[in-house]
Amino acid sequence: MLCIDNLWVKFPTSQGLFEAVRGISFSLSHERLGIVGESGSGKSLTGRAILRLIRHPAIVKANYITFHEQNVLDLKEKEMRKIRGRRISMVMQDPKFSLNPVMTIGSQIIEAYRQHNQASYKVAFRNALEMLEAVLIHDPERVMRCYPHEVSGGMGQRIMIAMMLIPNPEVLIADEPTSALDVSVQRQVMKILDNLVTERGMGLILISHDLNLVSEFCDRILIMYAGRIVEVCDAAKLRQASHPYTQGLLNSLPRLSERVPRLTVLQRDINWTEAASVRG
Amino acid sequence: MSEVKNPKLSIHDLKVWFNSGRDKVDAVKSVSFEVAEGESFGLVGESGSGKSTVLRAITGLAPYWSGSCKIDKASLTGRRRSREFFRKVQMVFQDPYASLHPRHTVDQVLSETLYLQGIKDIEHNIVRLLSNVGLTSKFRFRFPHQLSGGQRQRVAIARALAGQPEVLLLDEPTSALDVSVQAEILNLLNDLRNEQNLTFIFVSHNLAVVTHMCDRIAVMRQGEIVECLLADQLGRGEISHPYSAELLEATYG
Amino acid sequence: MSNLPIQDWLLSDEPTSRRQAKLSRLFKGWVAFQTNVLAMIGLGILLLLIFVAVFAPLLAPHDPFVQNLGNRLQPIGSDQHIFGTDSLGRDILSRLIFGARITLYIVVLVAIIAPVVGLLVGTVSGYIGGVVDMILMRITDVFLAFPRLVLALAFVAVLGAGIENAVIAISLTAWPPYARIARAETLTIRSSDYICAIRLQGAGPLRIITKHIWPLCISSLIIRVTLDMAGIILVAAGLGFLGLGAQPPSPEWGAMISEGRRFILDSWWVATIPGLAIFAVSLAFNLLGDGLRDVLDPKSGRS
Repeated sequence: MLCIDNLWVKFPTSQGLFEAVRGISFSLSHERLGIVGESGSGKSLTGRAILRLIRHPAIVKANYITFHEQNVLDLKEKEMRKIRGRRISMVMQDPKFSLNPVMTIGSQIIEAYRQHNQASYKVAFRNALEMLEAVLIHDPERVMRCYPHEVSGGMGQRIMIAMMLIPNPEVLIADEPTSALDVSVQRQVMKILDNLVTERGMGLILISHDLNLVSEFCDRILIMYAGRIVEVCDAAKLRQASHPYTQGLLNSLPRLSERVPRLTVLQRDINWTEAASVRG
Repeated sequence: MSEVKNPKLSIHDLKVWFNSGRDKVDAVKSVSFEVAEGESFGLVGESGSGKSTVLRAITGLAPYWSGSCKIDKASLTGRRRSREFFRKVQMVFQDPYASLHPRHTVDQVLSETLYLQGIKDIEHNIVRLLSNVGLTSKFRFRFPHQLSGGQRQRVAIARALAGQPEVLLLDEPTSALDVSVQAEILNLLNDLRNEQNLTFIFVSHNLAVVTHMCDRIAVMRQGEIVECLLADQLGRGEISHPYSAELLEATYG
Repeated sequence: MSNLPIQDWLLSDEPTSRRQAKLSRLFKGWVAFQTNVLAMIGLGILLLLIFVAVFAPLLAPHDPFVQNLGNRLQPIGSDQHIFGTDSLGRDILSRLIFGARITLYIVVLVAIIAPVVGLLVGTVSGYIGGVVDMILMRITDVFLAFPRLVLALAFVAVLGAGIENAVIAISLTAWPPYARIARAETLTIRSSDYICAIRLQGAGPLRIITKHIWPLCISSLIIRVTLDMAGIILVAAGLGFLGLGAQPPSPEWGAMISEGRRFILDSWWVATIPGLAIFAVSLAFNLLGDGLRDVLDPKSGRS
């Protein structure tokens, strides 16, 4: 469905070009793909590059980024807008910055719905209610009258997910959708997202730093390090990952079940940066 | 709550609230615990549970509080703290990006702290502090924006340790960091605790981290301690309160 | 990019001494500033102004005070008087050159007094809060409630006309906005973790305000001052024009316009030339302020 070949993202700095993403290639079908990496590994930029959300002066280069055999990079901005949000949606990290603070949640959802569908206010309203119910909000009518600051982080993120799903996109890119949330709410939000994605047969790209979360909710995982994919593995077999970086990340997590006096510290190897990117 | 012999820090019936009058918000409602010398005590809970507010009340950063709070049997009152208190008790903040002054170099941060703590021979001590937290002197004249998150947190730890405190309050010191860096910082904190016989109060939302770092753990919810556990009990899953179970479940997945 | 060793030393991300860290930060700011062409033009005009003011006696072709009534109202481009002469036969160029001294004098004094008062009031008010904040801010409001020129006029009327009094009057009317800015900045800085951290080391309010809050407020104040400077020059010129600033025969630009006003139809240059000078300097300050904002403002994102 989505194919990316040799994607580069570069930023000009006073010390020359900084290469944040360095030639990565992967494809996505109707599956849940996780992209894991530490801060600065280029994982978020990858997600943004697909939607062409990276602005000047950064440079995005790729042999191709195709979505249903159509090269996204060749599209005009106007055509791009038809894809962005409609066919490929994105959920950002913090719902506070994605919702308009001076409009009620209801009117934002209704507006978004009517933008994508020819519908009367009544139909849009009913659909908005259904949307909110779909993300397990119990009293949708009250929530629709609320302003974004009046809802909790978890609720806000569920609302964002509901809004992203209105146009029934084929691919959903979720960039750290739960890292601003409490642990107990995290799973809940992820489960909602997961159910919706599987029910509708969407493709999901889940970008996160949390190995456990990704391994739980994805089919396949790309592990990124310094702008390259160092390893691709099945989520179920993450524990058997072979790359020392993946192993190092896994080992550096403290575990509840076994208490160790010292945590294993990840020893970085310069060769990892230089090794060719793995195709995912 | 289990009694501790010779507590380094004892807190009894601590209440903390923000705003007075009609807008009063109770952040902490009657929290009591005791921490022995050299112990590492964990407070775990979700956002809004009041776990960080407890630390802020101890250090005098919270606006209103009541109850009793004793360090080495000396009672604390109001929001003023003595010089001796600041020599004994220090704090490391959650976000290393926000806890260092953006226009001060590492050198300025540490030398000012040493000066305030009344320590002579600042030159020598800066080098010592940096090497204690695993930084070489090449970091000494950098500004915070020239450091990575882990390096900044190391500087923040060095600052907290400058006056050779006995109690270190740690407010989610690794939640803003990558897991590999988190491991480094947690190891560093454990080493420092062993070397300098520090007493820790470790606040975190992450059960695994708290269990790794602490001997005893109090689970907080909505300003109250719901359960107090030994780390080993938690590791074996021997918990009684449903909320702790819920947290455990969420962590494990 | 090939750099000189000194540039490498200045641009280093790993400074090895206090001095290098400081110089390096300044140099990086300068490099960023240089890329802004308009700001550089502004800076150039201001440097020229300073140069002219310092070397006025050497640069001026004539004595700015010597009158020659037989030679009055010479047009632009006449022999010996490039910008012509005024109603008393004084060389306009020379008066302009000496006037630069007065303009600079006013600018420097106001730039020192107003922001310092504002910074003091604003940071103290913001940091201490409570009743002190209330009182200081209400006083600020009182000053803000008057139109600046009217208030300055009132002050000058009380204090008596003259450059010094004009400076005092302008400063007294200019500080409230700075107090407001400094207070707003202080309120956000006050609750930040690094202020909490230094408080936990036992630092008192005086140290926190002077060493931790001021350095962060100063950059936004500098920006605001340079942007306001145009206005200040205009107020000074306005007072001069109304005869309440610099007194004749001193060649203050506003006073020069005022004198030229009577002849504006027949001898337009007498008023126009000092007007252009005021315009150029005000513009220069605005351009410089814009450039400084790009460099100094931490909010505009320095990645």
